[in-house]
Amino acid sequence: MRKAFVFRFLEALDARQQLALAAFLAVTLLLVPILHLALPPGNVFHVSTYAITLLGKIMCYAIVAVAMDLIWGYGGILSLGHGIFFALGGYAFGMYLMRQIGRDGSYHSDLPDFMVFLDWKELPWYWTGSDNFLWAALLVIAVPALVAFIFGYFAFRSRIKGVYFSIITQALTYAAMLLFFRNETGFGGNNGFTDFKRVLGYTITSPETRLVLFGITASVLAATFVFARWLVASKFGRVLTAIRDAESRVMFIGYDPLWFKLFIWTLSAMLCGIAGALYVPQVGIINPSEMSVANSIEIAVWVAVGGRGTLIGPIVGAFAVNLAKSWFTVSFPEYWLFFLGLLFIVVTLLLPQGLVGLWRMLRQAKA
Amino acid sequence: MSARDVLRKIIGIELDENSPFGYPARQHALDISHNVILYLDEITVSFDGFKALNKLNLMIDAGELRCIIGPNGAGKTTMMDVITGKTRSDSGTAFFGQSIDLSRLTEAEIAQAGIGRKFQKPTLFEHHSVFENLELAMTTDKRARVTLTACLRDEDRDRIADTLRLIRLDGETDRPAGLLSHGQKQWLEIGMLLMQDPRLLLLDEPVAGMTDDETMRTAELFVSLAGKHSLVVVEHDMAFVKALGGKVTVLHEGSVLAEGDLDAVQNDQRVIEVYLGR
Amino acid sequence: MFKTLLALLIFACATVAQATPDAALVRQLADEDSDVKIAAIQTLARTSDPDALRILKAMSEDGLALAGEQVVIVDGDKVFDAATGAPVPAPENAEAVTVNNRIRRELASALAALKLFDSDPAARLESAQRLQSKVDAGMAPLIARALEKESDAEIKALLTLAHAQANLANNDPAARLAAVRALSGSSSPAVKNLLLPLSGQTGGKAGQTGDPDSRVRYAAISAVKAIDARLSRAETIGRIFSGLSLGSILLLGALGLAITYGVMGIINMAHGELLMIGAYSAYAAQSLFRNYFPNAIDWYLPAAVPLAFFSAALIGVLMERTVIRWLYGRALETLLATWGLSLMLIQAARVLFGAQNVEVANPGWMSGSIEPIANLPLPLNRIVIIGFALCVLLLMWVLMNRTRLGMFVRAVTQNRAMAACVGVPTARVDTLAFALGAGIAGLGGLALSQISNVGPDMGQGYIVDAFMVVVLGGVGQLAGAVWAALGLGVVTKLIEGWSGAVIAKIVVLVFVIIFIQKRPQGLFALKGRSVD
Repeated sequence: MRKAFVFRFLEALDARQQLALAAFLAVTLLLVPILHLALPPGNVFHVSTYAITLLGKIMCYAIVAVAMDLIWGYGGILSLGHGIFFALGGYAFGMYLMRQIGRDGSYHSDLPDFMVFLDWKELPWYWTGSDNFLWAALLVIAVPALVAFIFGYFAFRSRIKGVYFSIITQALTYAAMLLFFRNETGFGGNNGFTDFKRVLGYTITSPETRLVLFGITASVLAATFVFARWLVASKFGRVLTAIRDAESRVMFIGYDPLWFKLFIWTLSAMLCGIAGALYVPQVGIINPSEMSVANSIEIAVWVAVGGRGTLIGPIVGAFAVNLAKSWFTVSFPEYWLFFLGLLFIVVTLLLPQGLVGLWRMLRQAKA
Repeated sequence: MSARDVLRKIIGIELDENSPFGYPARQHALDISHNVILYLDEITVSFDGFKALNKLNLMIDAGELRCIIGPNGAGKTTMMDVITGKTRSDSGTAFFGQSIDLSRLTEAEIAQAGIGRKFQKPTLFEHHSVFENLELAMTTDKRARVTLTACLRDEDRDRIADTLRLIRLDGETDRPAGLLSHGQKQWLEIGMLLMQDPRLLLLDEPVAGMTDDETMRTAELFVSLAGKHSLVVVEHDMAFVKALGGKVTVLHEGSVLAEGDLDAVQNDQRVIEVYLGR
Repeated sequence: MFKTLLALLIFACATVAQATPDAALVRQLADEDSDVKIAAIQTLARTSDPDALRILKAMSEDGLALAGEQVVIVDGDKVFDAATGAPVPAPENAEAVTVNNRIRRELASALAALKLFDSDPAARLESAQRLQSKVDAGMAPLIARALEKESDAEIKALLTLAHAQANLANNDPAARLAAVRALSGSSSPAVKNLLLPLSGQTGGKAGQTGDPDSRVRYAAISAVKAIDARLSRAETIGRIFSGLSLGSILLLGALGLAITYGVMGIINMAHGELLMIGAYSAYAAQSLFRNYFPNAIDWYLPAAVPLAFFSAALIGVLMERTVIRWLYGRALETLLATWGLSLMLIQAARVLFGAQNVEVANPGWMSGSIEPIANLPLPLNRIVIIGFALCVLLLMWVLMNRTRLGMFVRAVTQNRAMAACVGVPTARVDTLAFALGAGIAGLGGLALSQISNVGPDMGQGYIVDAFMVVVLGGVGQLAGAVWAALGLGVVTKLIEGWSGAVIAKIVVLVFVIIFIQKRPQGLFALKGRSVD
């Protein structure tokens, strides 16, 4: 039955999309590892460690972008606080990585360095069990889900929507960031968690570990995409878009929007948590700046650039914007913010459907 | 005080006693033992001192077709808002059948209990196809988790096809609703209402923007629905009201001015004054 | 009249003549032993005569020397006998009297005490004020004497306090009791600390039983209580003041938003950057004055007011014409586009003024503070800002309610199509209203420049708060924005009192979120059919 279940999800994709999915998995799971390991660094086709880290990072962002598209593109709810869920997942897994350092830290203590530095004698209660991989993995999903559920329940029950909701999520993220910046809250303050050594006993910087993480990220991204595609094609997805377009009508035909919004909101938060957890071992650091207001809004621009309500668009957008960012920050650091700002404006003014919309328009013009 | 009460007091969460997950799935059986489907008793609603409804009393019999007329600002739309839960009354009670207190239910719960509403301005899901609009409206288990795995059965498809024929949109099945003409939109909304299969239909100016021909067809449809369903129709079009032929209630300044058949109402001195005087 | 003056003169001469310091005492000032020196300083100080002042002053300036057995004052080339003040020939073997830090401290307080007899009331006042924090038992007679002569009420009050403080260690219980009673009217923490040992309530410190006389002890206990009450009252008032000050800042930030968001429905995420533009205008005006009108530097701020308003308004017009105009009715898109604008403005500020914070100084008339009651310093710059916020509020109210533009804006808000039909130039009204909102943001930034850092990122910190104010106050409600801003400010500062700034911020944000659960339309809700 398991097989049938997977197929049910895949049925949500048309033939072209299935092909693209297969190609994506072939490249990320086979081609990239081979090019990275088998070819010497000097070779033209060698994929460098830098490239793998960068692409891995961007794929994490792409997962977030898909999560954002579910809630914004399909649910019509613009969250300016998705950074908080990403960071919560990251912190939950980051603590596991901190515990994996063991006594190899600068202070050779069982406690993470920053706690020794703050002269703490034992782990705070909420980090109990964080050395267990499964527990950490559970936290990665459960904590963002719980935060999202509680916040969402109250917000949606009070019918807070539109910009009101956006502004409140922004305030929430801001408050969380202030909290995480504090030393005494046990999240490592300014510096966050870093200097990881191992994951599940494997050296975190070895090429093999990197490739496995890269492959897992690619698979999660693919799975997220397929699942999201299935979800929006279901009746649930149709009710969701109906809520986006005419919420009161949905209520008067007997659906309670609260539970639909809450489900998609919580799901979106969980996906962000997973993305955050995959991000941390690859990038090697998690700190409160991930929760900054600016970061959360940037997620929205990935989605907008790619084209919201398309699922594939946000992935394209996440890659396009972030590749541009890494190019700019190396070549023209002065102009990155100008470019990003301009991007926000151009996309909202001229490309409301994003790159996907542009592509469709061009194809129609041709045909 | 139980934990449930405390929770209710503090954060206003209404937990359903029968549902372990707190999902407020009230499935009350409609009790029309006294042959009355809707009671409005002394309903008052005020907006910043302005009384949109002023001690409104209204009773709709089961299976009745009732027309509500009245000048602008008489409180017709507000009355519908109160019945469907969109607006909460300041005082007074609203009961659906003998046992369902409408003031305690949310909009969605009221809709599930069996009250359907058509708005003055057609509101459809413009990005959904005509078919999907009807599918979404169809009576079924409308809880979120059920919709995740819901699929259409053959009899559901048949029902939708029947309705499509009835509202003469069977040629537009896959068109986005937003691209329909105004009259078609009105019909589609009526179709959605039919798919909901409500016990009580509230129709706010259902024939605005329709041709005379379409208006008469709508009247026929409504008359045929009466009996099995109860209908409350707000309308300005007197020809349409006449064609419906039911009892007429005149609202004025938030309360009932006159009630009776159309001829009697039209000859009522006070009604004439309200419509023509001043 | 003449006779009186003459009598006074004679009297003055008599006192001077009578009080020529004892040469033996003066000799002790040059003793080897510091303790002897200090004792001599204290004795001299208590004589309260001008010669003592002269000698001690010379000593504190290292002008005292010992020539044989004669103590002399060396002032440049001239040398005087210390005791008599008569010029003497410069001695061959004068040896400077060493003054170590301990003695220097003693000298300072002795000089201060002697200033109590200065003919200049300002000097006497200063001296009396200094005595408040440092007085010892031996000074009691001196202060008593000064008190007798003093005619100025303010100085007299201060001296009474100082006298009481000096008397606390008096051997006579009655004197101590009187002193304690006199001090119970004080509101200084230092006085409280003096009284604590007498009350015996020093927080369980062993061996502290308080004053041996029970009456003194009880008086001390109630005096401490009274002072505590006064202190905590001052503290509370201080908190409320800083809350109001924060509130006025929030208000300045939110007033512009109340127009652009509240009235026009535009989510302007670049609002914080308009504040920044206002703040940089202050910086620009300051630089301009420094370079071209250094004499009028104190007046750069008034000159910056129009500059801040119009530069922010100009940017506002540009924003509205190029971007926002095309997005009316699409709130979420506006939000993203204006966020893009804010990024560009931040980067532009970095390019123009550098990434570092720039320094904007308070003009002279805004620095310092006033102290309406003891221990409650109210900084002048904050008071000015509260006043400024009120002026801006008034201006805005007049603009919105008493001018044609305001009427047009309100008309467009309520029914755009109808307003256009009756001939309101809606497009121009939009631009002008947005420019007004932006200009007011600029004024807010100008005010901010006086109390916080001015840098490219400064706007980001205020945007969340400003939105909170507008949301809390209720959209489109000026009165709501005012109450919300002041309320948030005061609540924040009160919470800060017991939990620190960051926690206070979080608590307030959480509070706003919960509040909006209960009243989604804000404090001043619009109710009616038009509200969906």
